[in-house]
Amino acid sequence: MMTTYEQSVREMLAEVKDPEIDSVSVLDLGMIEKIIITDNAVQVEMLPTFMGCPALEIIKKNVETKVLELEWVEHAEVTFIYHPPWTSDRITAKGRERLKEFGIAPPPTQPGPDGEWHVDCPYCQSTYTTMDNIFGPTACRSILYCKHCKNPFEAMKPVSTIM
Amino acid sequence: MKSPQEVNADPAYKQALTELLYQLADDDFVLAFRGSEWLGLAPHIEEDVAFSSINQDTMGHAAMYYQLLEDLGEGKADDLAHGRKAFERKNAILLEEVNGPGHYLKEPYYDWAFAVVRHYFYAQAKKVKIDSLKNSSYEPLAQAAVKINMELYYHLLHWKTWFTQLASAKGEAPERMKKAVVKVCQDFAGVLTLGPKADEIAGFHLIEDENQLKQRWVNEMEKVFSPSGLQLPEVEMVRGDGRNGIHTTDLDTALETLSEVYRQDPAASW
Ligand SMILES: [Zn+2]
Repeated sequence: MMTTYEQSVREMLAEVKDPEIDSVSVLDLGMIEKIIITDNAVQVEMLPTFMGCPALEIIKKNVETKVLELEWVEHAEVTFIYHPPWTSDRITAKGRERLKEFGIAPPPTQPGPDGEWHVDCPYCQSTYTTMDNIFGPTACRSILYCKHCKNPFEAMKPVSTIM
Repeated sequence: MKSPQEVNADPAYKQALTELLYQLADDDFVLAFRGSEWLGLAPHIEEDVAFSSINQDTMGHAAMYYQLLEDLGEGKADDLAHGRKAFERKNAILLEEVNGPGHYLKEPYYDWAFAVVRHYFYAQAKKVKIDSLKNSSYEPLAQAAVKINMELYYHLLHWKTWFTQLASAKGEAPERMKKAVVKVCQDFAGVLTLGPKADEIAGFHLIEDENQLKQRWVNEMEKVFSPSGLQLPEVEMVRGDGRNGIHTTDLDTALETLSEVYRQDPAASW
């Protein structure tokens, strides 16, 4: 059972966006693993998406600041844990929709047997796309190109434990 | 072993574990630094983006290992990364080597063939180790390996692609790749070895025996070398064993540059 206290923390977390994609929250991305409440202190256990992601420190600070806005909270602390590892299937359905709205293709749910993967164009939904650069502007994204509407676009890289 | 507390109650286990963690951390740390010196110098802009992303990941992996060492009471992770002297470092000598003559700010003559071969060979060796570490007797290390493996997957794919393309390209590329392979192999045994405490490290099931790891690495490399007609030379350790604290002046200058940045703002996160 989720307490009303925990519920209020979650509501705040829904307002903390990825600094690089300002329509997707840390909840949408599936980065929140556990919320531990002891009296007036809140500890949020988060799963880092990619270890080298420079946005992690900003996210940590933003989450702590946001949770502290709750009147009853006196201490807020984020700890990053990597067990369980973050995988791209943790992104919620709402998160996937919002990524698309932002022009970023959500990660494919099923990469092929050799790890190759395919996504549709987030603009025109065409399947006629090619990989331009598996490493995009940030650790978690790749750059693709739509041969149908001739737009370059980004996609979230699929990340799973079977790789 | 599930926790640092359990480890601290067993000094022999702890010694083997910290030894291995320093090797893993220092290897990633120094190679990520050498990689980052390529910023702005890679063959094209896409590669620049990709390479710096790989370096960031790799620096992140080093940070995970240093954190595991901090949890075991070895000191602050940042200090372990930036504050230790060259003779205290356990990284393989090959990984500290400069990218080429010149300085990254003035007249760099970096060798892309060397970069591709060194990073590809290293990524494959790291993959072999990470696969084994997933079954490490130290649970926090096994969990870190699962996380690292997901990112390493993309690194290996990236370097393997570069390697096979350049090795079979027209023009001078294959010749330069052959030279780079010979050069890298002269010191690559230093990457594959688990150093003077290898028996204890394998004995405590922290990772598999170094001969097994090496054989698995050779098998993986042969899959790429045989079809391309390239020869994989025997790997050696010509310049000595970095796991023993033996290093070249290249490491001194690397640490100097790194700590300059660190001293300017020791609180900055990296
Ligand atoms: Zn399109």
